[in-house]
Amino acid sequence: MVRSHLRGAAALGLALVLATGLLAPALGSAAEGESSGFGADWESWRADTSVTDLASLQRGARDFMAYCNGCHSLKYMRYSRLGQDLEIAPDLLQKYLVPTNAKAADYIHAPMPAADATAWFGKPPPDLSLMARARGTDYLYQFLTTFYQDPSRPTGTNNLRLNATAMPDVLSELEGVKGAVFKNVQIAGADGAQVTEKVFDHFEPLAPGRMTREQYEGFVRDIVNFLDYVSEPAQAHRRSLGVWVVLFLLVFTWLAWLLKNEYWKDVH
Amino acid sequence: MAAVVKPPGEPTAKPGGLRAWLYKRLPIEEFLETQLTGYFAPKNFNVWYFFGFIAIVVLVIQLVTGIYLTMFYKPGEATSFDSVEFIMREVNSGWLIRYLHSTGASAFFIVVYLHMFRALLYGSYKAPRELLWVFGMLVYLALMAEAFMGYVLPWGNMSYWAAQVIVNVFGVIPGIGPGLVEWIRGDYGIADSTLNRFFALHVAAVPLGLLLLVVLHLVALRRTGSSNPDGIEIKEKLGADGKPLDGIPFHPYYTVKDTFGISVFLVLFAIVVFFVPTLNGLFLEHANFLPADPLSTPEPITPSWYFTPYYAMLRAIPNQRLGALVLVFGVMSYMFLPWLDRSPVKSMRYRGWLSKAFLTLFVISFLGLMYLGLQLPTRTAQIMARILTVPYLAYFWLMPFYTRWERCKPVPERVRFHAHG
Repeated sequence: MVRSHLRGAAALGLALVLATGLLAPALGSAAEGESSGFGADWESWRADTSVTDLASLQRGARDFMAYCNGCHSLKYMRYSRLGQDLEIAPDLLQKYLVPTNAKAADYIHAPMPAADATAWFGKPPPDLSLMARARGTDYLYQFLTTFYQDPSRPTGTNNLRLNATAMPDVLSELEGVKGAVFKNVQIAGADGAQVTEKVFDHFEPLAPGRMTREQYEGFVRDIVNFLDYVSEPAQAHRRSLGVWVVLFLLVFTWLAWLLKNEYWKDVH
Repeated sequence: MAAVVKPPGEPTAKPGGLRAWLYKRLPIEEFLETQLTGYFAPKNFNVWYFFGFIAIVVLVIQLVTGIYLTMFYKPGEATSFDSVEFIMREVNSGWLIRYLHSTGASAFFIVVYLHMFRALLYGSYKAPRELLWVFGMLVYLALMAEAFMGYVLPWGNMSYWAAQVIVNVFGVIPGIGPGLVEWIRGDYGIADSTLNRFFALHVAAVPLGLLLLVVLHLVALRRTGSSNPDGIEIKEKLGADGKPLDGIPFHPYYTVKDTFGISVFLVLFAIVVFFVPTLNGLFLEHANFLPADPLSTPEPITPSWYFTPYYAMLRAIPNQRLGALVLVFGVMSYMFLPWLDRSPVKSMRYRGWLSKAFLTLFVISFLGLMYLGLQLPTRTAQIMARILTVPYLAYFWLMPFYTRWERCKPVPERVRFHAHG
């Protein structure tokens, strides 16, 4: 969202420049940076999701089952609860989301045996039921959008949000492959001496995936939104109920205030 | 306190009715008359006097929601975390009960800290209310024990590591320390046995002690009567009818006023429960949504926000034993206030600038330490905490001097009160 806003602003700025022809050199570099490298601002990327966006949650559920559930479980979540909350008809739920060896009332487990997972990745992939609450949605969004090629890693990929992650870049088929360009920066070390540190600068697209950048960002946003819902399935209900509770209490407070004043008229 | 007690058998209820039957067998009428309609409280209470009543309401919220939680919570290394998520997801309105309880814990401390500040502001701890204050402080200590053990029960990663750090503080006691820590934990580390005994203490032992102390606190209050913002004893100015001139019956005047106070509190409480139950990691930490993991330490390990002023003191001192001593000293200093304060007046309204300055510095250092205790223990934070510990302790231990040196304003004969409405 932030990035598309920036891009929109840059486009608007460019139009202004073409019209006036005054600030062309200043904005030229911004437009150039946009064309190939990107991601210098990745730490400001926001998930910007909403658990009341039912269509996004339904897409997220579908995509989670297709791309994540092979390794990651949602052990506190039942298929049936998901169907109810996301308004997925029972026959569709059974047909598309519940695996053939499971019942709708079952918890969502990953088919991969933990012992195999440990042998393949060093540790079993974490259960994601509560990951959105533990790490935050922005973290998940940034994690899923900042994989880059790194031949020094056993998986061939690394991640900006979680350095040396054991997770391979399983979504590269959709996103494409990108490399990370680092630059050397001089910083003051602990003892005051200048230390050279490798700092991430920007991403370079290496190979295209099946999705455009915008499509992939939307795809990740839906999955993060879904995980946010899973981390606390009652949250939308909580907020909508809360409005009525607070309104009731405000009216009650007003009445209590009037009653108090009525009694306290006698006190001089 | 000239409540007229009607002799039993002469009830206001009509004879032959259920009320009359009941009143003949239980001292209901006498209780209502002596404790509510015949109990006179100063008429000049301001907003600071709401928090005692609110604290009782929060205590009731905690007891009721706590009982519900125990119906579904299963203590044990293998079951605690799962059972909390079961409550959050599958128990009808379980999420609401759990959020009421977790928000209630933090609300309890907010209310108790404001209640304590009121006492500091208006000298409520001074004679003849020393025991009232001491019982209050024992309530505070019991509350800390209750909150700490309750915090361990969800068995999240922060529960585990905060328990590890706080229980280890007992290890610095010379000689018996290491053995004591093992005895508290029931194991060589925080483990299943620790979790189970903390559950027993949290749901039975400590609440019983807490209730007893609250009753003693209220009994002592009933004996001395409430103080007030002017720090004048209303019992000393009685009217011709033997009733305090500046007093009004607790019921109906303060019951309706407290109803209003509690409603305002409940609005704020409901906003947290329904819209920001984790309060961005302050009331429910992010790291506590991951199960306890002895191999993965959260950075930084922090106890709940209400303990962090003392935790910051502990971390500020490089020597662990000395740090623990400062921590205990910091918590226990409140207890001695009635005897440290030598001022001839109670209320801050009539005290000199020294008392006001020391109290202001105390509040700043308390809040500053609270903030620092939640941050990573950097060198700067450590030095800041050391600096702030000085005014914190100075407020208490220099009190015998600055309360005698300063010039106080004359205290009026009668309480100041402006009728409104």
